[in-house]
Amino acid sequence: MSIFSTKKSWINLTIWVLIIAFIIAAPSLLPVFRLNLLGRYLSLAIVALGVDLIWGFTGMLSLGQGIFFALGGYCAAMFLQLNSAGEFPNGIPEFFGLYGVEKLPFFWEPFKSSIFTLISIWLLPAIIAGLLGYLVFRNRIKGVYFSILTQAALLVFFNFFNGQQKLINGTNGLKTDVTQLFGQMVGSEIMQRWFFWISAVLVILAWFFARWIVRDRFGNVLIGIRDDEARVRFTGYNPVIFKTIIFSIAGGLAGISGALYTVQSGIVSPQFMTVPFSIEMVIWVAVGGRGTLLGAILGAVLINYAKSLVSEALPASWMFIQGGLFILVVTALPEGVLGWIRKDGPKKLLFLIGINKKLETYPSLEVNEQGEVKS
Amino acid sequence: MTSPLLELKQISVSFEGFLALRDLDLVLNQGDLRAVIGPNGAGKTTFLDVITGKVLPTSGDVIFKEKSLLGQKEFRIARKGIGRKFQSPRIFENLSVQENLALSVSRPKTPFSLLINSLKVKHLDQIQHLMSIVNLQSKANIRAGALSHGQKQWLEIAMLVGQDPDLLLVDEPVAGLTDEETDLTADLLKSLAGDHTVLVIDHDMEFIRRLDCPVSVLHQGHVLKEGSMSDIQKDPLVIEVYLGKSEEEEE
Repeated sequence: MSIFSTKKSWINLTIWVLIIAFIIAAPSLLPVFRLNLLGRYLSLAIVALGVDLIWGFTGMLSLGQGIFFALGGYCAAMFLQLNSAGEFPNGIPEFFGLYGVEKLPFFWEPFKSSIFTLISIWLLPAIIAGLLGYLVFRNRIKGVYFSILTQAALLVFFNFFNGQQKLINGTNGLKTDVTQLFGQMVGSEIMQRWFFWISAVLVILAWFFARWIVRDRFGNVLIGIRDDEARVRFTGYNPVIFKTIIFSIAGGLAGISGALYTVQSGIVSPQFMTVPFSIEMVIWVAVGGRGTLLGAILGAVLINYAKSLVSEALPASWMFIQGGLFILVVTALPEGVLGWIRKDGPKKLLFLIGINKKLETYPSLEVNEQGEVKS
Repeated sequence: MTSPLLELKQISVSFEGFLALRDLDLVLNQGDLRAVIGPNGAGKTTFLDVITGKVLPTSGDVIFKEKSLLGQKEFRIARKGIGRKFQSPRIFENLSVQENLALSVSRPKTPFSLLINSLKVKHLDQIQHLMSIVNLQSKANIRAGALSHGQKQWLEIAMLVGQDPDLLLVDEPVAGLTDEETDLTADLLKSLAGDHTVLVIDHDMEFIRRLDCPVSVLHQGHVLKEGSMSDIQKDPLVIEVYLGKSEEEEE
């Protein structure tokens, strides 16, 4: 175990050094367009961390994380719209004029406050996830039924948001890139550089937070729920509470992620709540490595970056590549890329193509150059 | 006269008309060791399901420490002091031996406490002690899924003891064990009785004989006979339904 864990932490350390070096270098290396893309993908890594917590660790496959992601985005966008609505008729955001709305809907009011917004970005999705989760878990709905239920909930939210022109501009969504913050245009280069830094710092903080949650016995209970929920119950733990808490945390992370993604992509719309997008979140985690946290970050950033590069070169082929990647992971690397690396995958591959020689003993014994046990 | 630790009163369980248990009565006193045997389908596992809250009986009552357990959630019953070992070893395979035991000895078992507090020294000592009882110290950091079948059975028993229950319900602890392991398990269970109340369900006659304790024979959801192993083996009714295939060779 000690050998295993030190090796694991070496792999982690190496990856972290690479990530942080890249993040620090990126603003001076990349043109602002690329930097903005990277910032968006870093924010997506936060929702992926949440997916890893609920799916990788607790075994609950949610196909509805888009709900919480979009809610975070809407919270941020409502604040930004109000923050720059002064010059418009009635002092309310411009789009209301299109539908003849003259008075601000009541639920917009609190979003005039920046503090309320900063809290609601994560707290509102967390509360909604907690309530939804509690009702589902209390009735012992799990497995495939849980996945279907979350997807159904996603569709309900999607259709609701799509239809509410007079409340939140319906299918058009809320634009943020032309709004003002601290006297600057949100879409401007200087703001986008700031959002890149905020995303980078928050990904790292989110990782530490998630790590802290799963590090010890709390995380072990989550793994226990994934592997044998009845045993957890007979050991004296109430799985419903644990599942509700972790689902709520994942919802909160999704909200933060959605808000950061919104300000960097310039708009939030019901498109954030489409079914394929929520499934993609699961694919990032599956490819990166379930139950590894770091794998979720890598998966989200690398797959999305690959997506944008491939889509520029060969439009329309990305879907095939993504599908192929998913099939490859499910069949060849069931524990994802990071899980594969941690389990000596690269070494085994080298044996397979005959570059490396197999050890003639157990790896825990010391060996000399000829592969024999040292005496 | 102290009241019994556990009392089952006239328990009946019906699954869509099929009577799994029928007017079952059973009394266990503090410190008892009791074996329950019975042919397949006699309702042995259902009877544990009723005690641990997994199945709600159709009629009757379960009294534990003078309070009814009916309608209580499984984890609450577990916290009240009833530990259960399943038929096939059920441990958390992806956790190490030590982590498995840590979950079992942790107290209180609330999410907040698990997140904020580290494991108390007294609980760490308890884990060491439990591992020494079942001979798993050298495997402390091994993934539990990598243990042998017998070691898994023992780890589960250790987890059960770690919960510090008043009543241990042990379902087929020696299934798939070697003779030597079986004997060790029997001695382990005997040493646990006294401090704890232990109820063992099994098929293995040698093992039950070694436990040297009162035996209840279950048949078609009903207690057919209670007594010592030698009494039971002489009872013609028991021979007919269970020990079976004697002189007549009916089946």
